[in-house]
Amino acid sequence: MHEDQSSLLSLRGLTKIYGSLIANDAVDLNVTPGSIHAVLGENGAGKSTLMKLAYGVVPPDAGEIYWEGEKVDHWNTSIARELGIGMVFQHFSLFETLSVVENIALTIKGTRKELIDRINDVSAEYQLEIEPDAMVSSLSVGQRQRVEIIRCLLQDLKLLILDEPTSVLPPQHVRALFDALRKLQDNGVAILYISHKLEEIRELCDTATILRNGKVTGIIDPNKKTAHELATLMIGRDIPKIEQRQSANKSEAAVLKISNLSVTNPDPFGPELKDINLSVFGGEIVGIAGVSGNGQQELGRIISGEDLRKDLPKSAIEILGQSVTDKDVTSRRDLGFSFVPEERLGRGAVPPMSLNQNALLTAFKDGMLKNGFIQNNAVSQFTKKCIDDFKVKCSGTSATANSLSGGNLQKFLVGRELMLAPKFLFMSQPTWGVDVGAANEIRQKLIGLRESGVAILVISEELEELFEITDRIYVLRSGRLSPSLKTSDVTPDEIGEYMIGETREETAHAV
Amino acid sequence: MQFEFERRITPSRRVMLAVPFITIAITVVLSGIMLLIQGKSVGLTFYAFFIEPFESAYSISEIFLKFGPLLLIAQALAIGFRAKIWNIGAEGQMIMGAILAGSVPVYFTDSSSIFMLPAMIVLGALGGMAWAAIAAFLKTQYNANEILVTLMLTSIALQILYYLLLGPWKDPMGFNFPQTVMFQDAALFPPIIFGFRLNYSLVIPILFTIFAWIYMEKRFGGFQLVVGGLAPQAATYAGFSSKGAVWKSLLIAGMAAGLAGMSEVAGPIGQLQRSVTSGYGYSAIIVAYLGALHPIGIIFAAFFLAVIHIGGDIALVSADLPISSVHIFQGLLLVTYLASYTFVNYRLKPNRANQEQMEGA
Amino acid sequence: MTPIEFFLAGTMSAATVFLLAALGELVAEKSGMLNLGVEGMMAVSAAVGFVVTYQTGNHFLGFAIAGIAGILVSLVFAVVSITFLANQVATGLAVGILGLGLSALIGKQHESLTITPPGTLNIPILSDIPFIGPVFFQQNIVVYLTILLAIAISFCLNKTRLGLAIRAAGENPKAAEALSYRVKMIRYGSVAFGGLLAGFAGAYASTIYTPLWADGMIAGRGWIAVALVVFGTWKTGRIFLGAYLFGMVSLGELVAQSLGIGIPSQLLSAMPFIVTIIVLAVISSNGARLKLHAPYALGETYDGSEPR
Repeated sequence: MHEDQSSLLSLRGLTKIYGSLIANDAVDLNVTPGSIHAVLGENGAGKSTLMKLAYGVVPPDAGEIYWEGEKVDHWNTSIARELGIGMVFQHFSLFETLSVVENIALTIKGTRKELIDRINDVSAEYQLEIEPDAMVSSLSVGQRQRVEIIRCLLQDLKLLILDEPTSVLPPQHVRALFDALRKLQDNGVAILYISHKLEEIRELCDTATILRNGKVTGIIDPNKKTAHELATLMIGRDIPKIEQRQSANKSEAAVLKISNLSVTNPDPFGPELKDINLSVFGGEIVGIAGVSGNGQQELGRIISGEDLRKDLPKSAIEILGQSVTDKDVTSRRDLGFSFVPEERLGRGAVPPMSLNQNALLTAFKDGMLKNGFIQNNAVSQFTKKCIDDFKVKCSGTSATANSLSGGNLQKFLVGRELMLAPKFLFMSQPTWGVDVGAANEIRQKLIGLRESGVAILVISEELEELFEITDRIYVLRSGRLSPSLKTSDVTPDEIGEYMIGETREETAHAV
Repeated sequence: MQFEFERRITPSRRVMLAVPFITIAITVVLSGIMLLIQGKSVGLTFYAFFIEPFESAYSISEIFLKFGPLLLIAQALAIGFRAKIWNIGAEGQMIMGAILAGSVPVYFTDSSSIFMLPAMIVLGALGGMAWAAIAAFLKTQYNANEILVTLMLTSIALQILYYLLLGPWKDPMGFNFPQTVMFQDAALFPPIIFGFRLNYSLVIPILFTIFAWIYMEKRFGGFQLVVGGLAPQAATYAGFSSKGAVWKSLLIAGMAAGLAGMSEVAGPIGQLQRSVTSGYGYSAIIVAYLGALHPIGIIFAAFFLAVIHIGGDIALVSADLPISSVHIFQGLLLVTYLASYTFVNYRLKPNRANQEQMEGA
Repeated sequence: MTPIEFFLAGTMSAATVFLLAALGELVAEKSGMLNLGVEGMMAVSAAVGFVVTYQTGNHFLGFAIAGIAGILVSLVFAVVSITFLANQVATGLAVGILGLGLSALIGKQHESLTITPPGTLNIPILSDIPFIGPVFFQQNIVVYLTILLAIAISFCLNKTRLGLAIRAAGENPKAAEALSYRVKMIRYGSVAFGGLLAGFAGAYASTIYTPLWADGMIAGRGWIAVALVVFGTWKTGRIFLGAYLFGMVSLGELVAQSLGIGIPSQLLSAMPFIVTIIVLAVISSNGARLKLHAPYALGETYDGSEPR
């Protein structure tokens, strides 16, 4: 069957169902040769699923795929790659214990020497520097992305798919990526670009297909639409704005104080924390910006007590003036500490357990136990209240954690921790994978909590988010923390300079 | 048409209840085929296996005699398995329980003290716990894999037993057989019914089952173990000690296995000899799984396996079936169970690509 | 042969059992499959190898069919844990129990029978060297072939595309699948190869090393092979050394008897297990190093599904 010859990749009526969730509902997508085509949608709209279908990682439940006008049956990754499609994954498909060249040898034929030469050629042409013999585990997140892009460039590339590529990059590196992408476009390669960031898409793309709840809600030229119109297509209404206000009642003494903290990493390739100094006062929200993999995980576990180091000086970590350096998770919680980790399933919640049991997980001291016996009534009352107060959409208190959407589970976890009336709340990546509505509710809750005098620490990759809710920002890079920066005095670009480590001291607005 | 497994959002309770029956049905069919290959009469063998054990009061009492230790050890192992602590060495812990308990009548051959049996119970529990504690210590302090350590400890326990039986504890009047003296009545559980081997040690597994049910269903300690097994990171996040889970799981299992070993030497065996365990430590692993690691399910599973053991003994005589057939049957049960259990968490979904091919053809 | 020559030559022979089984387990584990059924696979193959060799008098045939038996048992493990997505630890144990039962049934008619072991392959010239000759160059051909096999496996895993694919499947199966590697097929192949080598190990034990059949004759050597992979931190060279160390330890009983040392024989019989526990604790205590070398996805069920 011959179709419109001007189409490179054409997806017709693709549907993908996971259990009861329709991730993609009869989605059409048409990419023309040499264009940069955006797929825009918020978290959970089905963008990543659509890209996995397009690249053949998962088979569709219904629908057809055409390449250069020809229908292709049994679409899978090897066919896609043979035809000239390459994909850069959001969570990279690299092998940590292999070197760059070994990773590339997994998909590209040729001897080791040939591959190294070709890697060097391509990285010079597109200014994507990489050391072919480096182990992937020793590379930064940005460098890993380069490896994935180079791997795609070494094949006979006609279409490059990128899934949220800028979420791991500081602003300055985003520009370099865009330059490389435009150069690719000049060389005749089409690009399929997935993002939820309106500005990026307006800057880079020719056409945008907009997804909402798994369905296409518009195919538009992003440059001819206002941000408001794009947002309406994307989430069905305007993106709500949070009114920015300075904190009113900052406490006298620090609630969390970290002094000269240095921690080695048992993982030889993991970042080590070096000389961290950090304080959070009651009634303020403090953010830690930076690309993931720079010590966020490690710092988070040290603050929460999940990673307990007995060999640190006593003064290293203090909560409400007390040293907690050698105190375990439970004793820290007893002081009024609450924590919502970045992995909701498997860490913040036990996936196959009910919401009741997941409430018991951290709220067990809230009258849920009598002599070690679980008081089911108290548990379900707590759970019910949490579901009601935090508007958690679920089938009831016995719904399992893994049956909830990302946004609803996060609301439940935030609710659970807030119902314990913490004096210090620590959240890591509070809105990762959370839809706009829920993200907004969560941010609103944090600001409300700040007004009531709680100290809040937020680790986040999303600069916009930190600028929206924080009073002060630190930047974490290679295990080192920048000086404290007043949010109202810095620009995203200045934060970006700290993220890539090119700060000139005189421009820093240290407070 | 090809199928692929698709994960269910919530495990299916219906399938979970059906799995043991499906498992038994498939295993019976598979072993029937194996019997045919061996040229045995399928009907006769299964009659011996499943019906004959119920044909006399004595063999019914023997079923309950086997039921006790299987139930006791399986309940304890299941607690550890739910915490993903793989104690495979209940056999060794049983031996150590038997040895320590047996030391009392071996050294006090003439005593008829009423404290004899209580002392043996305490020592039996301690023996099993001590042996399991070695694995717990090495796991928590040196991160040594508990599967391998508990297994190796079983082999070592066996050598200790052999040493004692051939050396210091050998019955001087025993014609050089590797066994101790027969224990006096004060060191034995009294029979429930005179003339049968079934004795009051059965109380221990029953009490332990009640404990296991309360612990896993009602107590926060049990909840913590289950969290640690399902999501270790969530357990750390909530502040539940992973080392504590290792100690608890292994000590509980060690205690139960030690008591089971003690019950054997203070019950049907009545002395220490080379085979004090009858393989209960391994069979209990199968019981624990077949009972879906649930205290109630394990009661039924233990009973079923007890019937198999007695049936195997009967078939040995009446159907000329080798004793290894019982082991094969048990292995098949577990293999089939594990494969069937997949359907609790997954459903079969036709593979679309292939389906299309069929429609096109 | 002097006693010391006899002991060292015996070490090489005893080590071959451990080495064959451990090499097979290494390949399976590199692909992400923790197969704890080694003991069962070895037992079945030992029985099969013995029966076939006893009946036909053909050692080669015995080895070949034992290898096939090892593959068949390993495929039970593979079907249940790869296709039916069952927990690898539990499945391995189940296959182990099944294998021990099967071996008893297969060998039942041949209990306590013996066969003549095949002659040694004396390497010309080298075998005439005093001391070194009798120790190293008057061995059964399987001993030499196993050493060559260890080198070949090391080369394959580290230097070839096949090895790269196996490691990829054990490291990050999802990513390997996204690069169009068929992870489940790779794992099937690796497990089957492990079964083949466990089969050879069993046959070597029952037809060459101690050419007799007795129920339970594998006596924990399969488990020691599993432990050896951990000792060797998934590196062929170290596994090789470990196998030879255990070959030596397992001969301790013979040596003590021949030297007339007054140690209870039970202590010597328990020695390999005691040593295993100690070495395991020492190697494992460096958790970071272990994690660094262990295949990242070892023991994890790969269901190919996408998290929602």
